[in-house]
Amino acid sequence: MKIGVVVSEGPYTHQAADSAYHFVKAALDKGHEVPRVFFYHDGVNVSTRLSVPPQDERNIQQNWTALAKEHGLDLVVCIAAAQRRGLLDENEARRQGKDANNIAEGFRISGLGQLIEMGIQTDRLVTFGD
Amino acid sequence: MSDVKRFLYVNRKAPYGTIYALESLEVVLIGAAFDQDVSLAFLDDGVFQLTKGQNTEAIGVKNFSPTFRALGDYEVTKLYVEMESLEERGLTEDDLQNIMYEDEDDDWKEKPSIRTVSRAEMAGIMADQDVVLSF
Repeated sequence: MKIGVVVSEGPYTHQAADSAYHFVKAALDKGHEVPRVFFYHDGVNVSTRLSVPPQDERNIQQNWTALAKEHGLDLVVCIAAAQRRGLLDENEARRQGKDANNIAEGFRISGLGQLIEMGIQTDRLVTFGD
Repeated sequence: MSDVKRFLYVNRKAPYGTIYALESLEVVLIGAAFDQDVSLAFLDDGVFQLTKGQNTEAIGVKNFSPTFRALGDYEVTKLYVEMESLEERGLTEDDLQNIMYEDEDDDWKEKPSIRTVSRAEMAGIMADQDVVLSF
């Protein structure tokens, strides 16, 4: 089955990003396809490579980056939600005249159309939120 | 798989206080370009999103409620409002904005986009969908 995943809450405050991670891992292990994971609302905060959680805690961003690398996942961060919350990739930082960027490896910034497209192209859409 | 899917955007939160309502509307507007069968549901505090006379000046937040009246131009014409949610909050349909669309299948006659439905009917509407996005 093709399963699209939405993450709509931020890391650490909510468990959504962790639950989505475990769900995607389990789904892939069972032989399902996960063509895309879409990060929206505060979920976009998962994609910053500048978070530094204590060493004895899981690193949510690094978990996702590793999973993306292993399975070639398409991790899409909503551009409108990301810009509001100060998450920029190299291109956007340049375009907006900002002095830094912070998107982690494995994530890409794109538009909300990617969320709708995911809904159209998958058999199930599973949202992890509040 | 059919090309057109039934999309339902479920709005359950008040328009201000959190960003969910505004960012839901942003998805609806972008999604309108994909020619899908779109419906919006308003329940719980989400019914406050459609109230008329919103004034956000004192909280310094953009009042995005006029955008709902433009949805007809995006061919988003089905706004289901749960009756029980209105009643539980002391609201009636008269407290909601007048949101109209032009029906191209009926000589462009102006028709109301808001349809008040019971909780049981709302359950049926949800069950009929292919994709449900909840905000």
